[in-house]
This record gives sequence, structure tokens and C-alpha cells, in this order.
Amino acid sequence: MSRTLTTSSATTSATDGDVSSATARAAEQAASTQEVQSLTLAKALNTAMVDAMSADDTVIVFGEDVGMLGGVFRITDGLMRRFGSTRCFDTPLAESGIIGMAVGMAMNGMRPVVEMQFDAFAYPAFEQIASHVAKMHNRTRGAVTLPMVIRIPYAGGIGGVEHHCDSSEAYYAHTAGLKVYTPATVADGYRMLREAIDSDDPVIFMEPKKLYWSKDAVDLEGLRQEHTERVAAGSSTEGRAGVARSGTDATLIAYGPSVPTALAAAAVAAEEGRSLEVIDVRSIVPFDDETVAASVRRTGRAVVIAEAHGFASVASEIVARIQESCFHQLAAPVRRVTGFDIPYPAPKLEHYYLPGVDRILDAVDDLQWEDQS
Amino acid sequence: MTISATQHIPDATEPPPHHRALTESVRKFGISVEDYMLPARHPIQMVSPEGVLVPADEQGAQPGHEYPIPDEAELLAAYEQLVIGRRVNDQNSALVRQGRIAVYPSSHGQEACQVAAALALADGDWMFPTYRDSVAIMARGVDPMQVMTSFRGTWHSGYDPHEHHVGIQSTPLTTQLLHGVGVAHAAKLRGEDTVVLAMCGDGATSEGDFHEALNFAAVFGLPVIFFVQNNRYAISVPLAQQSAAPSLAHKAVGYGMAGERVDGNDLVALLSVLRRAVTLAREGSGPLLVEAHTYRMQAHTNADDATRYRQDSEVAEWQEKDPLNRMRTYLTGQGVLRDEDADRIDEHAEAVAAVLREGLNTEVDVDPQELFRHVFSSPTPHLDRQSAMLAEEISREAAR
Ligand SMILES: Cc1ncc(C[n+]2csc(CCOP(=O)(O)OP(=O)(O)O)c2C)c(N)n1
Ligand SMILES: [Mg+2]
Repeated sequence: MSRTLTTSSATTSATDGDVSSATARAAEQAASTQEVQSLTLAKALNTAMVDAMSADDTVIVFGEDVGMLGGVFRITDGLMRRFGSTRCFDTPLAESGIIGMAVGMAMNGMRPVVEMQFDAFAYPAFEQIASHVAKMHNRTRGAVTLPMVIRIPYAGGIGGVEHHCDSSEAYYAHTAGLKVYTPATVADGYRMLREAIDSDDPVIFMEPKKLYWSKDAVDLEGLRQEHTERVAAGSSTEGRAGVARSGTDATLIAYGPSVPTALAAAAVAAEEGRSLEVIDVRSIVPFDDETVAASVRRTGRAVVIAEAHGFASVASEIVARIQESCFHQLAAPVRRVTGFDIPYPAPKLEHYYLPGVDRILDAVDDLQWEDQS
Repeated sequence: MTISATQHIPDATEPPPHHRALTESVRKFGISVEDYMLPARHPIQMVSPEGVLVPADEQGAQPGHEYPIPDEAELLAAYEQLVIGRRVNDQNSALVRQGRIAVYPSSHGQEACQVAAALALADGDWMFPTYRDSVAIMARGVDPMQVMTSFRGTWHSGYDPHEHHVGIQSTPLTTQLLHGVGVAHAAKLRGEDTVVLAMCGDGATSEGDFHEALNFAAVFGLPVIFFVQNNRYAISVPLAQQSAAPSLAHKAVGYGMAGERVDGNDLVALLSVLRRAVTLAREGSGPLLVEAHTYRMQAHTNADDATRYRQDSEVAEWQEKDPLNRMRTYLTGQGVLRDEDADRIDEHAEAVAAVLREGLNTEVDVDPQELFRHVFSSPTPHLDRQSAMLAEEISREAAR
């Protein structure tokens, strides 16, 4: 669906916001970005919003400092300049206000993509999220859809002070009616944010902030093409986990910020002669039981890795599901490697908290290998 | 602990006692309660940016908003804190550049507000500061190195709130205002005359907790001064995009409390306005809101790039209104600040800066086991196991 809005732009006239010129722009970009390029996750997310806003005038971006500044992490950089201040704007400083207004806008024809500045600063909006965003569709017996995306930079590893490093995914995953995505690669940053914006359901889009500046070689044009084809086919990668590394001896299951750590652990294990498979969960809700179970049934051992506290966590949920579906193929109890059950530490102490390669390998060592030796 | 137990169950038609108290206090100004609640027509200014005393009829005051000039000894002591505050801000910013501290939200340009907030309070009163109010906390007497604990990243806070009656520096915006309201409420229940000064920025006034705090304080008639440092920006977002109210001080009226606005770079006016607010609150006339017009001279924090959203010319304009130059010129002109005072004060400030430099240039040992120590008031078996696991990891690492 695409609709033309009158774009009265106070800041710029770089775009008139209509779809034909957006298409022309996309074609122009296509010509200039033919091959594989090195891109940060930040830029991939930014590009996903640019493309979504170009394709559909009802996609509106707002939040704190997302306009002129381009967001404190610059994920919305240039959107206001390009699309005008009706399509990308700063709100007063109030998270409940941002989400509540987004609900109303989504009810009335828009596709809001809003930013919460940091994980812990989304908490004032929790009532709107838990009581309305998650439930509106259900309460109205399906009469109302809320096609909105709540982007949240989350987790630690950047030496941030308190309230800037929370892994808050469990609160959302535990709230029925919310989809929860978290990309771990640059390509998935683009792919999954486009899918989140396309989704008619509300999506909590958790961005691992420590990966914002990580780079990958990606074929942006290929990703755009892939998106166009998926939209045409009415399909998506939603709810599908990915195999980030193939292996045979045990499965590491990770998401978001923990995926690179799991991959690093698998690389070290390989040197020690152990072949670990790494599954990137990608979409916490809906959860891909099939991919995870297929891997664990094959390897017979599993470790779930997450930066969040382990108690009552997404990692706990994954362990429970594996146990339910793979019990007879398991050679050892499924382990969790997570953050401790303590408030996220101050910067100088965070490395003690974060699940690192050694802690993961310790857990792997504990997986009852007697039958193999 | 004694709580004065009122057996009296109020009649729904009867105004609460603090309404009477408010009417009483207002009577001495000879104006109506409504006029008392409305802020002065202009921000109160007693010393001009050039450092000259503003004639009484041009200070912005109108009936009910007249403020006396604080005495000389008080002004000199305040000036000393102002010089120290500036030195602290600039020392910390330098240490951030040198990589000695992770982050420091400087109050450079807002030091007059910081100092006045601290000096307006009595020892038993409480202050509820934000991340930007380090100088105010130091001016209240908290050890500077303790204040820097959170910014150097060894713990979330370094001082005991009960010792100096200063809440932990709050980052989740305006959440601390309600804590201030609660502290005032508890004190009132015990019959104490504690006043609470709760601080926030201009942007923060948009948060829901700001509204709730003001309303609670007014409904319960609590002695809380809401002190808003309007420094024109919330990170990149200018005030005009934050509020459509005639001023932030006007917000007070909607809750049934007095609002006042004051030149936030004029230490003389700030001291006078805040002192009167504290006195009125202590007399039982309920909460007040004071909005100080000031400017954030530097970026939001070292992580921010202010050139993306504001003009250098605007910063230059505010440089002319600098609170420190203004106070120095004024006090020198009045003969209150003599050369020897100025030298002594500069030395004092330098000594504080040296403490920060030395302290923050020294590596401090962190104890990983402390991570598990303060989660609950006594240890749990679950956390004991996690703590043992970390200890084991660390000793294995050390043995490698
Ligand atoms: C609830 C919440 N939302 C967002 C933030 C992120 N944040 C930190 S400071 C700030 C701007 C605050 O501006 P203002 O209240 O004017 O205070 P100033 O920083 O100018 O002193 C923002 C948005 C936060 N700390 N808390
Ligand atoms: Mg501000």
C-alpha cells in the first residue's frame, strides 16, 4: 500500500515525497550501487528506512533526536533532510507519548517507525507497549492492525553507563502480541528492518548497539532485489533462524550481540578439534523451533548464549523448547551461558558480566563428552 | 520515629490545611493567590550580563515578586563555589579528552544554577540531582572524587545519599522528582521541616513523571522546589520543539503551585529567588517551581556533536552572558571581591582540580565480587553460586 501525503517540509525540499520520484531515486541509487560493498550495520538500518520511506509515504519516523541530529547513533541520519520534517521529526521528550501517538497514527493509516533512544529509556513507554501495542489487534477481534516498528538499541559491550546497556528483550518476548526481531549481521539489519516495516503487526526491533559499527561486505542491490521479490511473492524471512556456521558436535544458539561471540567461540573450538554449529535466532518472536530442533537433533548437544540475565529469560525459553522437542536426541543437559542475575555493571566491570568466548567454551566442555572420547 | 497521627478524617468539602497555609503566606505579599502562582512577567535579573546591578524597577519583579539582594558574605561564598564549579567542569572535560573518564555531562555555563541550588538549602534539606548536576552536589559538600565514581565507571554512584541528603544522580529523566516528593512526604509525616529541591532540565519537563511529581507535591502540599534548568536544549532538540507553554514556569500554575522564572546566569538573582522559595516551602505553603534561563555552553556530553544542530553564533551570544564573568565584575565593582580574595579563591579551585586530576589519573582497583554484594540486602544461594563461578574463572585466568 502506498499513499501520497502532502509533504510540507520546513527543513528541506530535497524530496516531494511522491512515489514516482521515489522510484526514480531508487533506480538512480541502483545504478550507483551495483556491487558488493563494505557497510556498517548502522548504515544498513539507515538504508532500510530510506528505502521503505521512498517506497511508501505512510512510513513515518519519529522519536527523540532522530531529526536534525539523525539519532544519537545516527541511524536516522539524513532522513529529515531527505523526506522533510513531516516524515521524520523530533518529538517532545516522552517515550510513552511517542509510542501512544504511534498507536493512534498506525490506527489511522500510517506505518510509524519510532526510536527509543536506549533500552532502559523505553521503560516509560511500557504501559503503552504492554497494554495497547501488544493487544489492540486482539481486543478489537482483528478489526485494528498496528503496523508499527519500535526500534530499540539494546545490550552492552560499549562501556556505557547505567541505563544504557540493558538487555530488555525478555520483557517484550514475554508480552503476547509483540513480534521481537534482533539482527546480528549487516545484511539482516537491512533485510529484517524492511520486513519489520512491512509487517502489519507491531514489531519490537532490538538493535545490538555494540554491532552498529561492525562492517560486512554486502550486496545492497541484491538485498533490495530480494526484498522486492519477497514482497511480490508475499513471503518473508520472518520467524526463521539462520545457520551462521555449520558444525556437527554441538549447537550454539545465540541472537543479536551474542552471535559474533558464539562464532568466535566456534572458531576457537574448531582449532581444538571440536565442530560447533552456530544458530542465529534472528526472530525471537515468532520463534523458529524447526531450525533449532533440526540442528540439535543432529548434534545432540546445545548451549544457548545470551547477554541478558539468565533467570526467566529468552535463553531459558529456548532451553525449555529444545528439551521438549529434542529430549531423546540429547547427549547432555542443555546449558545456558548468560549474563549474571545482577544489575548491569558499571563500565569498568562489564567484562566480568558479559558472556565471553571462555565462558561459552567452558559450557561446551561440560556437555558430557565421555561417549566421544 | 514518630509520625504525628491525625485522627481527623477530612470532610470532602473542606480545603486541606496546606491551602490555608498557602493563602496565609500569600497574604503578606498583598496579591491574590492566582497572581502569586503566575511567574513574574520577565525572568528575574538583579545583575546585568555586564556585571552591573539592575535598578529595582527593572529587575522583572512585580508585586509579590520582589527579591532582596543577599548579603556580601553570602555572595562572596557563592562566588567561591562558582569559581570552583567552573574549574571542576573544565578539569573533568579535559580528563574526558585525555581518556581518563568515560563521560562527563558538563554544566559549563550553568554553574550559577548549580551553586545556588546547593547554597539555598539547609543541612537537613534534600537535593535530587540529575547527571548534569555534579557541581551542585560538590557545592553541597560531597567529596568530588565520590561524585566522579559513576563517570569514571567503577560503580553507579560513589556517595551515600543519606550522608549529605543528596539523591543518586538520576539519568532516567524526571524519575527522581517523584523520589524527592516521597522524601518530602515522609518528612512531613514525621513533622520535620525538611525542604526538598528536585532538579531537572527543560527537555525533561515533557516526561510523564514530571507531571505526576508536580501534581503529587501540590495535592499533598509538600515542601518541594522543582528547579528546572532551562539550558535551551535536550541533546539536539531546542526548547521550541519541547513545549508550547509561555514559559516552563507557567506549568506550575496548572497544578496549583507558584512558578517563578529567573535569569539562570545571574547568581545573585538565583540565590535570592531560591532562598525565598525554600523559606516559603518551609513555612508550609506547598511546592514551587523555579525555572532558570541558562544555556548549555558545551555539547550534551563528550559523545555529542553540537555543530550538527546549533550555530556557533548562538553559543557566542551566550558567552557574553557568562555567569562567572558577570559575578566577578559585579563583586569587584562592589568592592566585595578584593584581589587577595580572588587569589585565595582561585587557589582553592586549583586545589580541587588537582584532587580530581590526581584521583582520576590513578588506576583504581575494582572488585568483581562486589557485583554480587549489593543486589539484595543479604546474599542468596543463587547469586552465591554465580559469584563462585566468576571467582573460579578469574583464578583460572590468573593461573594461565
Ligand atoms: C527517560 C529518558 N529518556 C531519554 C533519555 C536520554 N537522554 C538523556 S539526557 C537527554 C536530554 C535531556 O535534556 P534536558 O532535560 O533539557 O537536560 P539537559 O541534558 O539539557 O541538562 C535525553 C533525551 C533519558 N536519560 N531518560
Ligand atoms: Mg536542557
